Amino acid sequence: MTAKLRILLPQLLVLAIVVGLGAYLIHNTLDNLARQGVATGFAYLDREAAFEIGEKLIPYTSADSYGRALLVGLANTLEVGVLGCILATILGLIVGVARMSRNWLIRHIAALYIQAIRNVPLLLQLFVWWDLFRVSAPPPRQAWQIMPGFFLSNRGLTIPLPSFEGGFHWDIPHLAGFNFAGGHIVTPEFAALLIGLVIYTAAFIAEIVRAGIEGVSKGQTEAALALGLKPRQALFLIVLPQARRIILPPLITDYQALIKNSSLAVAIGFPELMAITNTTLNNTGQAIEAISLMMIIYLGLSLITSALLNWYNARLALKGMAR
Amino acid sequence: MTGTDPMISLSNVEKRYGAFQVLKGVSLEVARGEKVVVCGPSGSGKSTMIRCINRLERHEAGRITVDGIELTDDPKQIEAIRRDVGMVFQQFNLFPHLTVLQNLTLAPVKVRGMKERDARDLAMQLLETVRIPEQADKYPGQLSGGQQQRVAIARALAMKPKAMLFDEPTSALDPEMIKEVLDAMVALAGQGMTMIVVTHEMGFARQVADKIVFMDQGQIVEEATPTDFFSKPKSERAQLFLSNILGH
Ligand SMILES: Nc1ncnc2c1ncn2[C@@H]1O[C@H](COP(=O)(O)OP(=O)(O)OP(=O)(O)O)[C@@H](O)[C@H]1O
Ligand SMILES: [Mg+2]
Repeated sequence: MTAKLRILLPQLLVLAIVVGLGAYLIHNTLDNLARQGVATGFAYLDREAAFEIGEKLIPYTSADSYGRALLVGLANTLEVGVLGCILATILGLIVGVARMSRNWLIRHIAALYIQAIRNVPLLLQLFVWWDLFRVSAPPPRQAWQIMPGFFLSNRGLTIPLPSFEGGFHWDIPHLAGFNFAGGHIVTPEFAALLIGLVIYTAAFIAEIVRAGIEGVSKGQTEAALALGLKPRQALFLIVLPQARRIILPPLITDYQALIKNSSLAVAIGFPELMAITNTTLNNTGQAIEAISLMMIIYLGLSLITSALLNWYNARLALKGMAR
Repeated sequence: MTGTDPMISLSNVEKRYGAFQVLKGVSLEVARGEKVVVCGPSGSGKSTMIRCINRLERHEAGRITVDGIELTDDPKQIEAIRRDVGMVFQQFNLFPHLTVLQNLTLAPVKVRGMKERDARDLAMQLLETVRIPEQADKYPGQLSGGQQQRVAIARALAMKPKAMLFDEPTSALDPEMIKEVLDAMVALAGQGMTMIVVTHEMGFARQVADKIVFMDQGQIVEEATPTDFFSKPKSERAQLFLSNILGH
């Protein structure tokens, strides 16, 4: 009884201090806000935002509410997050496999990429990409054509889109006046953010992939080769499916990091969740509400990511991979 | 290809790991349908030799030919030889993420281009011959060691190989499971398969081998029929080895 109490008492004490401190802070803040005449609560979400948003996936004008602006930001965050995770996984897989290539040059280029990218701050990398796309890229008339239909200029990167109007065809971007028409234009901000996040995250994923491949016993590759499978088939049919179980848990962390890192977009002016929140709290002064809302949303996104991958992992385990 | 040229031939094969020479000029001919048992002390190069035959290890000097195809650095030839030479490992090396049936059908479908249905029929037939057809839909992790090794044999046979290599197929097994695996190998030998078997199962060697090869320190020290090898081994090293392994 006394032993139990001796363990319980300090914990209760700490809890009391934390709760007390929290209550004091909240009380204090509300007090301050009230004195400054700032209304607390989430009513501001219904008020007219009165600011423009450059890029939006859902309809929005400056006459819409702060709540809708937040949704626009969330949608942009999701777009970057989902595309980023997919592309970073593909690139990470390629680099991770290249890292283990028997070819000296390929192996060392991959190692250099991983080392260099992981050790330069992401924010700096985003600035470099942004500078490349916004400042260093030529005006549309002198755009660099990377591939047919892919033009890079200081207006962004054009991408051909499939079109179904009047039968299937590709809607190829072309120069019209001072800008491009047709296809889709990715803004320099979006391109810089997406490419920066993908290249940065892929370097981490590559290391996870390598560890995963190394975690599968050498005998597996040998057995596959001895059956006459090509090295590539051995990799994709035998090694990677087994490495998947090793790769998945740390991959969750990297996906979550990518989503959180997308908030660095605030520095290069892409209107995602963080940037919209920033503008909102500057205009309304509802810092506490706006920031808690943003934190809850980021937390939710992290939890959803983790839940999705855990569900996938559990499904793999069910398929007899439990050993 | 005539019936008299050897199925597998090694001449003056050399292999080194850094400064350490594992194979010091190994020459061996294995005729079609011949069963060769390889024995020798640990580290003598037995595994390395048979792993050179399907290029799991690259030999640095000498010639290796399988059914008339010389083993070079050309991936096409390497793959051609691997298709025709089955291998059974000490650690089974079954694919744990695939069912027993999928373990057997994968290579015939992906490498031989066999139809899924035909591959499945062949696989079931082979599982019958190693006497575990009821395990077809289980995963390797759910089988005993002896069952796994029999699946591994069936997996290699599903490629319809011309020759089979065994690297100590029973060394990782509990004693009570050794017999079921050896029985499968004896049956295979009875069907005329060309076999090179690294093993210390001298009973199996006596029963099945046409020729026993004794290796020591990277060389073939003695090549003899089982009768000669067990009754009057020529080299002192083989005598010593035999007295150790037969336990008196
Ligand atoms: N990858 C490697 N790197 C360095 N040395 C190796 C390597 N593989 C094998 N060796 C060495 O080569 C020698 C021969 O090995 P090998 O596996 O062929 O012997 P073995 O006759 O099969 O022995 P065992 O009966 O123990 O299986 C051993 O001394 C071993 O240590
Ligand atoms: Mg060995």
